[in-house]
Amino acid sequence: MPVADFEVVMGLEVHAQLLTRTKIFCGCSTAFGGEPNAHTCPVCLGLPGVLPALNQRVVEFAVRAGLALGCEVKRKSVWARKNYFYPDLPKGYQISQYELPICEGGGVPITVDGKERVVQLVRIHMEEDAGKNVHGVAADGSSGVDLNRAGVPLCEIVSAPDLFSIDEATEYLKSLRAILMYLGVNDGNLEEGSFRCDANVSVRRRGAAALGQRCEIKNLNSFRFLRQAVEYEVRRQVEVLEGGGRVVQETRLFDPARGETRAMRSKEDAHDYRYFPEPDLPPLVLDDAFVEEVRRTLPELPRARAARYQRDLGLSAYDAQLLTAERAVAEFFDAALAAYGAGAEGAKKLANWVNGDVARLANESGLAPAAWKLTPEKLAALVKLVDAGTVGGPGAKQALEAVFREGGDPAEVVKARGLAQVSDEGAVEAAADAVLARSAAEVERYRGGNTKLMGFFVGQVMKEMKGKGNPAVVNAVLKRKLGP
Amino acid sequence: MSGAGELLDLSLTGLSAALAAGRVSAREATEAALARIEATDGRVGAFLAVTAERARERAAAADARAARGARLGPLDGVPLAVKDLFLTRGVATTAASRILAGFVPPYDAAVVERLEAAGAVLLGKLNLDEFAMGSSNENSAVKPCHNPWDLARTPGGSSGGSAAALAARQAFGTLGTDTGGSIREPAAFCGVVGLKPTYGRVSRYGVVAFASSLDQPGPLGRTVGDAAALLQVIAGRDARDLTSSTRPVDDYGAALEEGARGLTVGVPRAWLAEGVEAGVARRVKEALALYERLGAKLVDVELPHTKYGIAAYYLIAPAEASSNLARYDGVRFGLREGGAGGLKGMYGATRAAGFGAEPKRRIMLGTYALSAGYYDAYYLRAQKVRTLLRRDFERAFERCDVIAGPVTPAVAFRLGEKVADPLAMYLEDVFTVTCNLAALPGLSVPCGLHPEQQLPVGLQLIGRPFDEATLLRAARALEREQGPLPRPAGLEA
Repeated sequence: MPVADFEVVMGLEVHAQLLTRTKIFCGCSTAFGGEPNAHTCPVCLGLPGVLPALNQRVVEFAVRAGLALGCEVKRKSVWARKNYFYPDLPKGYQISQYELPICEGGGVPITVDGKERVVQLVRIHMEEDAGKNVHGVAADGSSGVDLNRAGVPLCEIVSAPDLFSIDEATEYLKSLRAILMYLGVNDGNLEEGSFRCDANVSVRRRGAAALGQRCEIKNLNSFRFLRQAVEYEVRRQVEVLEGGGRVVQETRLFDPARGETRAMRSKEDAHDYRYFPEPDLPPLVLDDAFVEEVRRTLPELPRARAARYQRDLGLSAYDAQLLTAERAVAEFFDAALAAYGAGAEGAKKLANWVNGDVARLANESGLAPAAWKLTPEKLAALVKLVDAGTVGGPGAKQALEAVFREGGDPAEVVKARGLAQVSDEGAVEAAADAVLARSAAEVERYRGGNTKLMGFFVGQVMKEMKGKGNPAVVNAVLKRKLGP
Repeated sequence: MSGAGELLDLSLTGLSAALAAGRVSAREATEAALARIEATDGRVGAFLAVTAERARERAAAADARAARGARLGPLDGVPLAVKDLFLTRGVATTAASRILAGFVPPYDAAVVERLEAAGAVLLGKLNLDEFAMGSSNENSAVKPCHNPWDLARTPGGSSGGSAAALAARQAFGTLGTDTGGSIREPAAFCGVVGLKPTYGRVSRYGVVAFASSLDQPGPLGRTVGDAAALLQVIAGRDARDLTSSTRPVDDYGAALEEGARGLTVGVPRAWLAEGVEAGVARRVKEALALYERLGAKLVDVELPHTKYGIAAYYLIAPAEASSNLARYDGVRFGLREGGAGGLKGMYGATRAAGFGAEPKRRIMLGTYALSAGYYDAYYLRAQKVRTLLRRDFERAFERCDVIAGPVTPAVAFRLGEKVADPLAMYLEDVFTVTCNLAALPGLSVPCGLHPEQQLPVGLQLIGRPFDEATLLRAARALEREQGPLPRPAGLEA
């Protein structure tokens, strides 16, 4: 298997939209969607005579990201123009940062196969987004340009070639995304393009020190596409090398429909962006007080939170990681635990619910915690109903689903839907009698020593009681009736 | 006021005083200016658009304010005009280029806002070299502009219309922009006062960009006081231009009449030694001698890197221009050609048809200078020259308050004379570009007529950063001593 003789080396470039209300150089809204060109003004349309006025929140968000990722935040950085012609780029250049970006160094923690390490970052810089070309909508066949996105603030986070498997790359992206979402600087939305990734992929023979020639792959707007694209690209590069060829440095586009990458442009016809310092913007100078103020307001990050959950609440590493992957989920958990009380014991129960049924319902509905009808208090109340024996496991699951979808008070939902557990011995005995009466053969075998059949009887009684029987009572009644 | 001719002879400040005293109305001044434009501009070519209706409305409003005793200040009711590089809401703005055909801006330039907020009456938009690229106004895609002193000669450029309109008494004050001498050279050629403020003193918002790190709007007036009055209104921080300075604006009238006594005037002798035509050198030297008589002290200063100024300027300005002119692509506004040829066809056809020869030349120069592999050798090295020039001036200003020398090597040349030789045209800027490269204020004030050619000669005064007040004071001292130039002869024949 030739691929096994090779090692993949990757670096990722992530473009993350910074969650400001207004654009980076004008006061237009950054809201997604809207009528084409509704969120534009002379500045983001690139009309003659306009000048960029920097949105300070963009700087604050970039610094926040840089500090959280352990970067060196530069006290002086410089804006640069990246020049190229394209209809969705109104000025014919993008205002970005080039030689002196706002952050250098830093890293992103990942855990793969239980091993934790930090993937090195090269830099973070700020820039403006372009608009988009719209084809196939006009009756005359002409194309249009929608500049609603033009001027939306981005930060580009560039990793070193420090990722050595697809799993590492995926973990890196997930970890980075979680951190940015925790910081409140990015919404992590891959579909709407507010968290985008390009991958620089190269392969080399195992043991080789030098890096192989890399290709840059664009259009990776899901974790699945990243995996497919890199797998394809690694196979392709290995085949080229095994066939005695050379990998050519080029930009390749991932085609999700065909699951393959194809050449977009080679190095020879790559753009010469003619970078030069942006004369319309003075160098960005940050004072220590500003940076320290941003540092002071950094929230607890996912890994620190997960460590705290393990240390203080006795949760497993697995539970802790799942709970902390999204800040809103972790906050939901914290609030539910506060409402429930009972420390470590409660934590384990709530973690099971949050990582289990709640996570499933969230995935199925696609709803973020803020949109759930299930509040932390309601979850705590439901778990208390289970504790009290008011509702059993299957009933509680049904109640949870009902509350998640339709809201309502858990106790009332349990009551209204008849989900309450039956602990009344008389009712259980009646059900047990009916089951034993029609199961003469099984009763015979049980009494003959096959005590494993107890499970069968319990199941039948539960079925008879439509799942509402209290398992402890059912067991006790059956044992008494079947005798020793 | 006895007649329109006499009214038009008034300076801006003179008209302002007459308006304040009720001796003349804004309507009369506006009608006189519009009539003068009507009568003369067919020969001068200073205006690309006359906004008569808007001017009449604004003049009426100014008169109404005056009647209520609520004049807004010295510019209220004063008819002015601005270079057609300033965006004007609802009024076509062309930059004298075909590529902006049909472009009507949805907003006003910051300085236009400020002028109108001060009550000024805008008469129209003034001719220029296309995108402010040129030193003779011959690169205008619309029409050439003629020098009112001699209609066969250039008024200078790129703010040729701004200087010619003043010399032709079509307006009481104008605005231009100066990237490498574009206010000072035409002011010198037309015998008026032109001031390029310190980079950052005046907002560039709403000015069609040529070279962003060098461009600076500024006033032209028939007197030093007129230029000071205009600068007072347009100077100051604008939050939309982050390169504009937060420094408070001086009171430019306060020291205007203080004379030259006590000033130290630095003279870069090399600027008068070679390459300056004898008659121009003579008038400049006479002006220097006059300063001495007025009580100023002359000292020699060295500006050794001046000789690299033109080379550095003609790398930096085209480099920035190549980027600034990328937005003229036919997609969103202005000219669009070759729609059937796909995207590249549209880009190519639009830019081929829309840009004149000079913008094309500079786009190519600039694109080359910024290209991978050449950036360090050209753009970066040119930026280092800027630093050296700045240090030259810093050292010189340790010993003097202003630096004085010629604006141009010769007086206004004939139209067509240098069209075929771009390099000769670029050398027109040899004494002016250093000011822009070092971000300093520079002023051109008339210092008499050329002894043989009877055409105006300009004296250039360069000041410390943000010290426009001293420049104006020094210029006023000379102007007061010399008295006004005679009327330009070209239009009287």
